[in-house]
Amino acid sequence: MSLIRTENICKSYFMGQYELKVLKNVTFEIKSGEFVSIVGPSGSGKSTLMNIIGCLDVPSSGRYLLDGIDVSGMNASEQADIRNKKIGFVFQSFNLLPKLTALENVMLPLIYRRVSEKEQRERALLALEKVGLGDRSLHRPNELSGGQQQRVAIARAIAGDPPIILADEPTGNLDSKSGIEIMEILTDLNGKGATLVMITHDDKLARESGRMVMIKDGIIGEGVSI
Amino acid sequence: MKINFRQTFKMAMSSIFSNKMRSFLTMLGVIIGVSAVIILVSIGQGTTKSVTESIEGMGSNLLTVNIMGRGADTSLDIDDVEMFDEFIGVGKVSGSSTMNADIKSGTTILEDISINGTDEDYLSILNYEMSEGRFLIDTDLDNRQRVAVVGSDVKSELFGNASAVGEEIKIDGQTYTIVGSLAEKGSSMMGSNDEVVVIPLTTAQRLSGDTSIRTIYVQAKSADTVDVAKAYMENYLQRKFGDEDAYRVFDQSEVLDTVGSVTGMLTAMLGGIAGISLLVGGIGIMNIMLVSVTERTREIGIRKAIGAKYSDILVQFIIESIVLSGMGGIIGVALGIGGAYAITAIFKLETVVSMGIVILSTMFSLGVGVVFGIYPADKAAKLNTIDALRYE
Repeated sequence: MSLIRTENICKSYFMGQYELKVLKNVTFEIKSGEFVSIVGPSGSGKSTLMNIIGCLDVPSSGRYLLDGIDVSGMNASEQADIRNKKIGFVFQSFNLLPKLTALENVMLPLIYRRVSEKEQRERALLALEKVGLGDRSLHRPNELSGGQQQRVAIARAIAGDPPIILADEPTGNLDSKSGIEIMEILTDLNGKGATLVMITHDDKLARESGRMVMIKDGIIGEGVSI
Repeated sequence: MKINFRQTFKMAMSSIFSNKMRSFLTMLGVIIGVSAVIILVSIGQGTTKSVTESIEGMGSNLLTVNIMGRGADTSLDIDDVEMFDEFIGVGKVSGSSTMNADIKSGTTILEDISINGTDEDYLSILNYEMSEGRFLIDTDLDNRQRVAVVGSDVKSELFGNASAVGEEIKIDGQTYTIVGSLAEKGSSMMGSNDEVVVIPLTTAQRLSGDTSIRTIYVQAKSADTVDVAKAYMENYLQRKFGDEDAYRVFDQSEVLDTVGSVTGMLTAMLGGIAGISLLVGGIGIMNIMLVSVTERTREIGIRKAIGAKYSDILVQFIIESIVLSGMGGIIGVALGIGGAYAITAIFKLETVVSMGIVILSTMFSLGVGVVFGIYPADKAAKLNTIDALRYE
């Protein structure tokens, strides 16, 4: 069964009179447990596609089924719910809250899921241990290296056990050694059953995934399966 | 499912404490507003209380008849005083004839002291108490005795702390024996109550060569009979003089009402002015919350991306502004109460800190937090997630 399924998704922006079509009839699917990379140059529409897959944005037309649920027509509050339960985000710039400790950052999605504080703490700690940072739970982001910060971000993404991890250039801000570490953690998570969608412009990284999806000028083309 | 308010509150506290100086300055507006409301209203209520007490100090259920006109046509005498005694609702009546004279004891001379010729009921009608000796009695009046009762100021100026009873003073050259002195009563609207010498009415009339009585003090039987007694008296005086301007009946409760409404208005005005500063404090909170929303755009974006709903962000920011204004309110209450006591201690100005105004201003400061927090919080909660995430 496909976890992500888009049907003829279009997205346009209006700049005054002029319509900018960013996505044109995008149709593809991702099955549960897959590791798919979406590759394309900047301006290709891959960020817009990621926003739609991540339920941060809705398509102008077409259908998007996530885990069997049509999310294309949802309102902001329902989208927030879907993001919270179904998607774990890993951003290029980590996007941790600087004033919170690693543990508090990882607890954040669970706060919005309204689980008890005790459970938040337990699950967050477990997630931090999974990325090898159990001993750094009380450090703030500025006391951690870039690679460690991204690991905290991954812990935050997996704390709520979402079916999909959506990584947007996860190694873009890291040195190569940390980048390799992060990729190892991500592939390891995929190996344990998580569905991983990675957006990147780096072909070399994309080759580590199970399948590449190319996007150019808003049109999608299936790449080679590796 | 419900929002975890304890956690949201903790979040608000850590955000407030992460920027202590700014939070304090923001609170300062509310602190000043709340303490100003409490201090000014306490002064207003204190003034009301002391004015009310000084009016009530003149006597309970007191009606005072003053003769305004001059000459034999418009004067009252001792017979009229006895008539007043018969009226329904009247308790005690005391006629009084006042003049000013110099008094002398040994080599000490007190100039222009109020000499009050009256009778034995005067003491209780005007709420005086004796500190030593006795007050005037019937026999003093019957025999036109040259006895005097001195007010506390007169006594202390002439004799210090020593007893005045048995001492002699000269009023207009005539010698009087002091039989008692009055306890201190303080000032009322009619001037000092303690710088007086009381002598028998009959003696005073002989001293001045005038048998008319210019003032009659009437004590109604109870608060309920004040109006009845007043009506009888006015009726009598109107028939006697045929001229409303010839006399005046002064009703203490009427004055109390008037004074009460004036000081009440004063208190409301003071409170209102202070309330405006509280409002300004609220605008300060709104201002800083708006700045905070802009600064934390990225944080808001991150929170929304990982599942915070409109209501989560809204509640987070509103709680933050309520905590700011509420803390300001609590500090303001403490400062206000302290300030009111300090004003009493330093300026000898009576203040009354009522529980009502403390609760009201605390509630108002919390309300300010809600009202002025809603707009910035709504702005934060409505931010577009994608744009907020990209915000640098």
